[in-house]
Amino acid sequence: MDVLSNLGDGFVVAFTLQNLGLALLGCFLGTIMGALPGLGPSNGVAILIPLAFTLGLGPTPSLILLTSVYYGAMYGGRISSILLGIPGDEPAMMTVLDGHPMAKKGMAGEALSLSGIASFVGAFIATWGLILLAPQLVKIALLFGPAEYFALFALAFATLGGVSSTNQAKSAFAAMLGLGLAMIGVDTQTGVPRFTFGEVHLYDGLDFLVAIVGLFALSEVFIFLEHRHGGSDASTGQLKLGRLTPPLSMIKQCTPTMLRTSLLGFIAGVLPGAGASLGSFISYSMEKRLVDKEGTFGKGDPRGVAAPEAGNNAAAGGALVPMLALGVPGSGTTAVLLAVLLSLNITPGPLLFANNPDVVWGLIAALFIANFMLLALNIPMVGIFTRVLMVPPRILMPVVAMVSFVGIYGISGSSFDLLVMIGFGVMGWLLRKFDVPLVPIILGTLLGNTMENNLRRAITIDNGDWFTLFDSPLALTLWAIAIIGFIMPLIVGRVVRRKMHERGDEEGAISD
Amino acid sequence: MSDRIFGLFGLALAIFFAWAALQIEESFLSDEVGPKAFPLIIATILGISSIFIALKPDADPEWPSLARLAEILAAVVVMILYAEFLPVAGFVIATAVASAYLTWRLGSPVLSSLLIGVLTSVGIYVVFHLALGLSLARGPLGF
Repeated sequence: MDVLSNLGDGFVVAFTLQNLGLALLGCFLGTIMGALPGLGPSNGVAILIPLAFTLGLGPTPSLILLTSVYYGAMYGGRISSILLGIPGDEPAMMTVLDGHPMAKKGMAGEALSLSGIASFVGAFIATWGLILLAPQLVKIALLFGPAEYFALFALAFATLGGVSSTNQAKSAFAAMLGLGLAMIGVDTQTGVPRFTFGEVHLYDGLDFLVAIVGLFALSEVFIFLEHRHGGSDASTGQLKLGRLTPPLSMIKQCTPTMLRTSLLGFIAGVLPGAGASLGSFISYSMEKRLVDKEGTFGKGDPRGVAAPEAGNNAAAGGALVPMLALGVPGSGTTAVLLAVLLSLNITPGPLLFANNPDVVWGLIAALFIANFMLLALNIPMVGIFTRVLMVPPRILMPVVAMVSFVGIYGISGSSFDLLVMIGFGVMGWLLRKFDVPLVPIILGTLLGNTMENNLRRAITIDNGDWFTLFDSPLALTLWAIAIIGFIMPLIVGRVVRRKMHERGDEEGAISD
Repeated sequence: MSDRIFGLFGLALAIFFAWAALQIEESFLSDEVGPKAFPLIIATILGISSIFIALKPDADPEWPSLARLAEILAAVVVMILYAEFLPVAGFVIATAVASAYLTWRLGSPVLSSLLIGVLTSVGIYVVFHLALGLSLARGPLGF
């Protein structure tokens, strides 16, 4: 009952005109960003953080806006997957397989509305999962001392590359690069400047928002410039929708699929190193094995649309669990959301639930509200969003670049930060060329100082004994998971990744 | 081959990072660990992973042609100029020029690039400054 009264308080927080308006705005913007190829959930949230920040929104309203964008982008990704056969963002990759064939059969409207319902079911179940699981995880987290936290951070970095990662050396490189960048600035414990090379601007350290916007948003602009990809992928003919409601029989047929994959996706989201992309992938694979008796998957089976969409939206909700309860995000976009919390001076983790219950439960209530708004936006009004696909990148990308500049300039008003952001943009472009994941870099710059503080605290408490890091069973368990999580992709990573791409290629061959 | 160079560069970076960490002046009020230890751990792992990247390189990425590379470089220069001139020229003018350049390079015809640039700039000004009250760089003309 405790949970329900907390949730009730949350709804009281969320039900103000401003918060409802922000949720609606976030859902709308998020769906657009998810729908546009080239702008995903992490880019979308990244561009909006500095804006929310400079507009002077409080913690709860900012979080409501940005998590609505997050949920919205998860919904939006399916639109271009279904209509154009190009995933709007990475988690929507699997939706292409059955969604696009359905659109070709003239069932685009049904596919869109069905996937909208599946997204709703996935997100709805996952939000309940968040409510039930997060407080339990908090109880465990309260047992953590500095040594356990250090191990937990190590675990996060070790598994962030994900099961599908092919080159763990590059994931490790990225994590260390991020941690190294976080070291720049005055040492918080002794007050000596580190790695500043006499540059006064660096004494405060690098602002992680600058790094995030540069790495995610600007590097995308460079990618488009490199390919001179300025034209729109959509042509008017592809945007015909047909009827916008799925027949009742289709929903009935897909209901067991949606329920199963929501659960599976949620678990994938909670586990470190999985995230939404993997959530939709395993959901699709499982359903194909379970119900695909006639071999219709891949040829426009509605269940093949419902499965990955329920899966990836559930995973998006699941990924919020470790981020809120432990302060350790398990996916790219939740890492960006962590940046929001940190820049608002809120430290996520077990204390968040005790000290700022209004933030947590307001956020959770907002997730429910956003979910209903998204259902409403995405079924009757999906036509608006399909128009967005007509906006060519040659207009969109300069806007993305300029809004990034506006946001960062708004925070500090200094040209120096803009130059640093451009530097990060170039670095992001180069690292993407080398297939180095960007998320560990972000997480490194975010968590570097906290991680170091925990390390130093743990060792200071034990009078300089470094073995204290491996002293408790809890810490040992965390280290063990970290090591397994780091090594496993070396063994299974190639297989998983090949399978994910194989399916994509098959579909490519059919659509040609 | 690209990855081997990348790995060697990473190794150089790690060595430089370790060297810079050793240069940190210790305060007399230091804790047990001190400000050097964690950076040195980072440098070590950075070095090891760089060596692995150099020894087991992935397939080469598709590098853009020289012309495309120059394109990106030019965009970077425009952005740097934008950052430097923003406080001088003011938001609207600087942004109009920069976004006109970017949309031109992404394939808009010359005349419509100018129009797109101005519209982008004025649009952002109206939404973020006039509607949302965000303070943007003010130029000599007051906008």
